[in-house]
Amino acid sequence: MIAKNFSRVLIYGVLLLAAVLFLAPMYVMLATSFKDAEEIRSGNLLSLPNGLNFEAWTLAWSSACTGTDCRGLQPFFWNSVLIVFPAVLISTLWGAVNGYVLSLWKFRGSDLLFGFMLFGVFMPFQVVLLPMSQVLGWLGISSSVGGLIFVHCLAGLAGTTLFFRNYYAAVPKELVNAARIDGAGFWRIFVRIIVPLSTPIVMVTLIWQFTNIWNDFLFGVAFSGADSKPITVGLNNMVNTSSSVKNYNVDMAAAVIAGLPTMLIYVLAGQYFVKGLTAGAVKG
Amino acid sequence: MASALHISGIRKTFGSGDKTVEVLKRIDIDVAAGEFLILVGPSGCGKSTLLSIIAGLDDPTEGEIRIGHRNVVGVAPAQRDIAMVFQSYALYPTMSVAENIGFALEMRKVPRADREKRIAEVAAMLQITHLLDRRPAQLSGGQRQRVAMGRALARQPQLFLFDEPLSNLDAKLRVEMRAEIKRLHQASGITSVYVTHDQIEAMTLGSRIAVMKDGVLQQLGTPDDIYSRPANTYVASFIGSPTMNMIAGSTNKTLAGGLFDIKEASLPLAGPAGGEALLGVRPEHISLSGDAPWRGEVSVVEPTGADTFVVVKTAAGDITVRTSPQTQAKPGDAVGLQISAGHVNWFDAVSGVRL
Repeated sequence: MIAKNFSRVLIYGVLLLAAVLFLAPMYVMLATSFKDAEEIRSGNLLSLPNGLNFEAWTLAWSSACTGTDCRGLQPFFWNSVLIVFPAVLISTLWGAVNGYVLSLWKFRGSDLLFGFMLFGVFMPFQVVLLPMSQVLGWLGISSSVGGLIFVHCLAGLAGTTLFFRNYYAAVPKELVNAARIDGAGFWRIFVRIIVPLSTPIVMVTLIWQFTNIWNDFLFGVAFSGADSKPITVGLNNMVNTSSSVKNYNVDMAAAVIAGLPTMLIYVLAGQYFVKGLTAGAVKG
Repeated sequence: MASALHISGIRKTFGSGDKTVEVLKRIDIDVAAGEFLILVGPSGCGKSTLLSIIAGLDDPTEGEIRIGHRNVVGVAPAQRDIAMVFQSYALYPTMSVAENIGFALEMRKVPRADREKRIAEVAAMLQITHLLDRRPAQLSGGQRQRVAMGRALARQPQLFLFDEPLSNLDAKLRVEMRAEIKRLHQASGITSVYVTHDQIEAMTLGSRIAVMKDGVLQQLGTPDDIYSRPANTYVASFIGSPTMNMIAGSTNKTLAGGLFDIKEASLPLAGPAGGEALLGVRPEHISLSGDAPWRGEVSVVEPTGADTFVVVKTAAGDITVRTSPQTQAKPGDAVGLQISAGHVNWFDAVSGVRL
């Protein structure tokens, strides 16, 4: 009995320690963002703030300076929103169509094609930076929000295709055959029969793509123009803007703002993520 | 009357070069209107491929399929005026039973009111009216089977195709649904092609049966043809349970009435001219008789309820005999075997072809 209790205590102890370790930076960020400069200088990194002081948040959001531009994170945040929604929707839908073709409308060489697409999942994106900037130039969309949407769609496509291809591989081919005999065509089968089955994998893909694109820094820094920088680049530039004093509270508030949407998405839809990844074959 | 379905010279190969596999080797079948044709054979014999080709889900390498007067090779499945019941039922998981049944009509732009009327008719015919609002996942296996039938019936097609529709059901339900399919066919009169590997389904449902093996049509005939006059030893052994007894021997012309010499015995049967042959006799056409000259020893007695099968060990091999359940035979008994001369089949000793 004692031995059993002891092992329980040990397990919980280890888990608690891990949780504390992972949550500590989060705590420091939040606590610091609510302090003023005086508190930060005099106090301890881990001490609680004196109260909920939102001054740093307001600064970070609307009036902190990046270089000479003193509009806070706000413009970068809206750039990211403008990039992330179309890019997530397009790459998810595109991946769904690809997966539908590659699993239920196989053609000669479709498996080979899928093999090539898998390369895209594992390829480091640094490799495509130069050719991609060429392509963006040819298309006339370099340094723009549109260009970033385009890049994120292409970069995410391999992953979204993989998700949908594997999910649809469990859908019986007979379902498609039955619908073909019933008189439905390629798109009708997709919209009426396949898409309604896809909720779990759509949730997974949406969360995955949202997190990837929102958190992206590489493409954002490489392909954005002066007025199309996403929030990750904005945060970086703001924190690195040299000034006489480091405003840790503002930097921390800005970092939390930058990370908030992905956290929110996971809290709201995280349950679907796990469910979707473990969802089995279609019943029917 | 013109044939409802005409299959001529259908070949299907997969792969290319040295790895070419010929799955169907020139199949010719004519199906008259209103017929119920069974395609039966072991797995891998090509029966399902042939059905897919009829449905248009697969294209033949060579040959022609006519439904009514129309050559349908290259025509999309939807334009062939067919309906199909799949082994896995293939019900649309996110649609209700009513939507499943009405889907084909919806795709054909049948007005909503007509569609609902037709759904109600079909549901009443299959006694699934109370299930119309449910999802397929909420149904039992037998109910799903009924919905799958309903989906096919709703269309009133020219041709019904069934791909082993009963193989996912338990034994009792299978017998029920078999009778149901037969009843529906008699009521609708729609020409049907039914694929199965189950010889009992083949015998009970078919108006004609096509026995296939390795992509070759072995025999095409009525259930009685197939059972009583099998075209070769393969058909003879595939149809009928327990299987037909095969006895090797040779014709003996020394006696006027004819004799067939087998190992350690002679049977008073007029064998075919030309020596060596195989004699095929169904278990019900052999009887145990105390004083018959052909002797053997009972090795196994298998009661099945209505009949009892007695396996007799003879010098010419094990012979299965169908007897009444009242039989006194028990393992170890020495018995005589009597063949009913009117019901014998002769096969070529080498090729197995019926003589």
